[in-house]
Amino acid sequence: MSTGIQRYTRRTLAREILLILAGLVWLFPFYLLLMTSVKPDSQIFSAPTDLPTSLDIGNYAEAWSTAHLGRALLNSVIITGGSVALLIVVGSLCAYTIARRPGRWSAVFYLLFVVGIIVPFQLGLIPLYSMMRSLGLVGSYVGIILLYGGLWIPMAVFLYTGFIRAMPRDYEEAALIDGATPFRTFWRVIFPQLRSVTATVATLCGILVWNDFFTPLIFLSGTDKVPLPLAIYEFVGSVATRWNLVFAGILVALLPVLILFVVAQRQLMRGFSGGIKS
Amino acid sequence: MTTTLDAPPAAKTERPLRRRPRRRPRRRATAPLTWLVPGLLLLLTARYVPTVLGANYAFTDWNGLSSVYNIVGLDNFTAIINNQDSRQALVNTLVLAVTVVVAGNVLGLSLALALDSAIKTRNLVRAVFFAPAVLSPLATAYIWRYIFQVDGPFNRLLGAVGLDSWERSWLADPTWAQWAVAVVVVWQFSGLSMIIFLTGLQSIPAELAEAAAVDGAGAWRRFRLITLPLLAPATTIALTLTTIMALGIFDQVVALTGGGPVGKTATLSTVMYEQTFSLGRFGYGTALALILTLVITVASVTQLLVLRSRERRIR
Repeated sequence: MSTGIQRYTRRTLAREILLILAGLVWLFPFYLLLMTSVKPDSQIFSAPTDLPTSLDIGNYAEAWSTAHLGRALLNSVIITGGSVALLIVVGSLCAYTIARRPGRWSAVFYLLFVVGIIVPFQLGLIPLYSMMRSLGLVGSYVGIILLYGGLWIPMAVFLYTGFIRAMPRDYEEAALIDGATPFRTFWRVIFPQLRSVTATVATLCGILVWNDFFTPLIFLSGTDKVPLPLAIYEFVGSVATRWNLVFAGILVALLPVLILFVVAQRQLMRGFSGGIKS
Repeated sequence: MTTTLDAPPAAKTERPLRRRPRRRPRRRATAPLTWLVPGLLLLLTARYVPTVLGANYAFTDWNGLSSVYNIVGLDNFTAIINNQDSRQALVNTLVLAVTVVVAGNVLGLSLALALDSAIKTRNLVRAVFFAPAVLSPLATAYIWRYIFQVDGPFNRLLGAVGLDSWERSWLADPTWAQWAVAVVVVWQFSGLSMIIFLTGLQSIPAELAEAAAVDGAGAWRRFRLITLPLLAPATTIALTLTTIMALGIFDQVVALTGGGPVGKTATLSTVMYEQTFSLGRFGYGTALALILTLVITVASVTQLLVLRSRERRIR
């Protein structure tokens, strides 16, 4: 610490000020989002960067009802919640089996899952669409939840396996010796120990699913199950250049993740880098 | 005869008896193999089977609806090569990916280096730069569409600093539109590579840089000879991940330009979507997807191999 590298010098202060300024520039789009969303129609083009002369909260009400944001929010919650729950349950069970059954087969399965992370999804999407259409799963919650489960299960299994392999076996062996069934052992002894990696899986996969636009565009377009990004897309198409309305809608749609981010930014960043590290 | 028959069982019962004290507990922690079934089913039906099927459809004239289709060999691929729009999309995808990966990671690394220090507000500033990475790319790209409009904030800004002659309709200008898209994608991506590089920086022991500083190494020398080599694993992950993401860009293009002007910002993903779902050319669409898949696979595998061998040489 006394070598000077970590000391707070005048240069550090200069760098700090520079970074804060850069940060403000970085956030400028959000400033516009907030300002424009409360402007009356007359002011959006005359003064795009100015503060609003009057607050037009009515934009929010109009966007909320025109874009069916309530419904879209509910859809996003159902789809993301369902997918994350599925990924946690199925992913942890798979990873536990892979990590705790020594031998060639679990190595093969592990490889199968991990390679799945790298397989680009674009090529499979079109056959998936026709498969799901013939099963009647296009435009259904169950269909898209299962789809997300399949798309992100490699990530979940990868994260869980790395974590479980590093865990001591003592507790679960004690439980098994005491006569607990494997499932009971898993649910009561193992799963609670996986809390931190479960949080990482939920964060990473949750945000990927919540923000996804491409998959719902293909599988949910034109139904009443559109999640937020698709609702915004359809809304922008219908109101064109009424940016105050568009931005009110976008702000409402971004709000859940923004709030989560403000409340839990440290955990979110750790989640992302945790997913990257292991 | 009887002795030879009797001997082996005797040996068998004896061996475990002798070994028992040294063995681990008899019930080892294990799980039924059936627990793998749901995960494997999801994996196979959502990833592997469709990918293999897709590779097959690429050689057919399937329209997505009828049950009959013909195998047309390489026709889809020659059609793609002969089609100006598809060729353009391939070039755009590569140019956009290279730009975004280089700019996004240089910026991400610079931010990580600047923020891995004694700066007091570092956690706040990190959060600021990371924020765009967790928000919907589609929704945030709409804000940028507004910024880049003819009468939008960006042109106002140029006018305010006396650069009126630079003002233009950025997203409708054939030469500038793709750079505008690149700016938006870099804004979205760099926070993520910043976090990856920060994680890498935190694994480097501070004593190394301090010792080098004591030995009189300047900041650039310390960076080049200590920090950068030790960041090799983080670099591998950041570059590979952003390359895969950049080659598949869809949302930002849809929100900003819809692929225009004159196809200058169309990517393989947007053309694939349009051909498949708007025009019903499933065979052509899957052929495009196959090309995209090959590009992504070749790019990421090459990168992984090159970067891994670099990692090994450093160790």
